[in-house]
Amino acid sequence: MATMKEALTSPIFKNNPIALQILGICSALAVTSSMKVTLVMCISVIFVTAFSNLAVSMIRNHIPGAIRIIVQMVIIASLVIVVDQVLKAYAYAISKQLSVFVGLIITNCIVMGRAEGFAMKNPPLASFIDGIGNGLGYSVVLFSVAFVRELLGSGSLFGVEILATVNNGGWYLPNGLLLLPPSAFFLIGFFIWVLRSADKEQVEKEEFKITKNSRSVKEAF
Amino acid sequence: MEHYLSLFVRSVFIENMALAFFLGMCTFLAISKKIQAAIGLGIAVIVVLTLTVPVNNLIYTYLLREGALAWAGYPDVDLSFLGLLSYIGVIAAIVQIMEMFLDKYVPALYSALGVFLPLITVNCAIMGGSLFMVERDYNFTESVVYGAGAGTGWALAITALAGIREKLKYSDVPEGLRGLGITFITVGLMSLGFMSFGGIDL
Repeated sequence: MATMKEALTSPIFKNNPIALQILGICSALAVTSSMKVTLVMCISVIFVTAFSNLAVSMIRNHIPGAIRIIVQMVIIASLVIVVDQVLKAYAYAISKQLSVFVGLIITNCIVMGRAEGFAMKNPPLASFIDGIGNGLGYSVVLFSVAFVRELLGSGSLFGVEILATVNNGGWYLPNGLLLLPPSAFFLIGFFIWVLRSADKEQVEKEEFKITKNSRSVKEAF
Repeated sequence: MEHYLSLFVRSVFIENMALAFFLGMCTFLAISKKIQAAIGLGIAVIVVLTLTVPVNNLIYTYLLREGALAWAGYPDVDLSFLGLLSYIGVIAAIVQIMEMFLDKYVPALYSALGVFLPLITVNCAIMGGSLFMVERDYNFTESVVYGAGAGTGWALAITALAGIREKLKYSDVPEGLRGLGITFITVGLMSLGFMSFGGIDL
């Protein structure tokens, strides 16, 4: 049972798919300018990762090695079509805002990566949990980015005003940069910095060690 | 002609796949350590995008769109929900065919691109190109131009990033930021630079 719990929790911080495995960044950045859209995106990704992992794992012993990528692709694409149709039917405005990014869950490396890396070798239940765990790891990063971007960029959370903006007669002057795409890069960069400062194991090795200056200050000048 | 030229320039600079829409980020960050590899991957992306976007455009117009099957006698059929599945299938098939074709006729290029070709199937930029084509209702010629432009823009971005990262490896970066972290921030700065193209109206 301990391994089940580990499968669920380790991708959230210790082995985060975005921060450590560099997977699924494509959509992580584009949908984070508001919390509502992010929430929908996260739920969709958790759903697809969990169920594609489950399906792939159930038929893992029957898939011929040579065509496994295509089989996984078909499973994932079908699940994404389901998500896409449900969103179009029940949350049309949000599905318009997400535009192509729902479709891009298919090529989200997290889904493929977990199907190939975990579900092909493990029993269905463990794979399902692993899928949820990785979906959650993805969501944690997305949410923290979206939280900062929406709060400081437009002074609201989930569309509810938290900081009264100048336009509405308040005091807060929104930082427009945070609504622009580049800010997501900075925020994820800082997020990785925080994660890696907390967990030194994740720090990458230096390619070149910079040696201490061997000359004394007096000599140098 | 002018319309196509402006579409091309727009897809290369203003709507840059990597830096404005964050597509193909996984490979963008993973394969940008060396300029040589980045150029190889960039060329492969240009070729694949220029092929897949028009092919998917044909499939969408003549098979999937609402009323597209009128030529076969089914004017009321709307298969557009099958879009995602068909596009990814087409992309996977074209990449596979290209791999076999290059292996047989241009082995030099094949060995140069070798590792990157299979990777391209799961590159979001390729899929994104097809999805944007559908969303923006491009016709066939426009989709050829758009595919080439989007590919060129992506190649340009990854080459530039690789150039920066090659210089960056001699710098003294704080411990936790080393590697991935500083790369994100570099890409953010690049993306900020590319945003200045936004004001250009062609």
